[in-house]
Amino acid sequence: MSWYPPRALVLSWAGLLALLGLTVFAAYQPLGTFNTVIALGIATMKALLIAAVFMELRERDGLTIAFAGAGFFWLAVMLWLAFSDYLTRPVAPAGAAS
Amino acid sequence: MPDTPAFQFVDLRQQHETAQLGMWVFLATEVLFFGGLILGYCVYRFAYPDGFAEAARHTQIAIGTANTAILLTSSFLVAWAVSIVRLGVGRVASIVFAAAALLGCVFLVLKGIEYKIEYDEHLVPGFFFAFRGPNATSAWLFFSFYFVATAVHALHVAIGIVVLIVIALKSRTGTYSERYHAPATVAGLYWHFVDLVWVFLFALIYLPGRTS
Repeated sequence: MSWYPPRALVLSWAGLLALLGLTVFAAYQPLGTFNTVIALGIATMKALLIAAVFMELRERDGLTIAFAGAGFFWLAVMLWLAFSDYLTRPVAPAGAAS
Repeated sequence: MPDTPAFQFVDLRQQHETAQLGMWVFLATEVLFFGGLILGYCVYRFAYPDGFAEAARHTQIAIGTANTAILLTSSFLVAWAVSIVRLGVGRVASIVFAAAALLGCVFLVLKGIEYKIEYDEHLVPGFFFAFRGPNATSAWLFFSFYFVATAVHALHVAIGIVVLIVIALKSRTGTYSERYHAPATVAGLYWHFVDLVWVFLFALIYLPGRTS
């Protein structure tokens, strides 16, 4: 029957579960700071898969992608401005004795 | 039947596109809503890396991983159901939508079991919080984030379940067709977004501090 799941959906589902297994495995490897980098990197890959295939952004035109990207753009601005402060302070709170 | 577009639209295609853009605007506000929470988490995790690692080690990674797999599968089912709705086979689609909603319920049950375990282990800030040692204060911060973020997310899951059940019932009664299926698509977008938020919460809550 033609209502069987499209190949792209099945492959994405398998890929998402594989990435989940990989990220849990990686969390138990002693890699220092790279544990966080890998965890967030894999989370981003999963999010892109969900957005591109399940949410069908790969089939959409520029206008829809602009709407979808707007929230993430402003999120990026918020994180960038906040981190440029918090991640660069030698002393927190500012003005405290070091 | 909504086989003809509402009066302000040229055709159904334009109406569908407008509905999707509307949902994306709503999801943009959701991105910033959860983004604020996650920013707060990041600032405190950077300030207290050891405390956050120690606290995160006390979360239930088995339940968290199972719940991630459940939401990813549920999302897959919704994407599949939307593709069936577009073929005009509403009865089949309603079964797949219902299965996705059921997985959402399983997610909430597991989440509840997890909360019970944490309550018994005295990890709820404000309720006999029993985390001791030099990291007690930062563990309090971590678990405050944990409970706020997961409870707000669980609320989104609960709303999504209701939406999916409504869509399943409407698919069953033949409301949607090859031409008219925008509500199913838009409900799917919402459900996938709830899944997407969980992917990041999982990475921030369950994965840190597993190596020490």
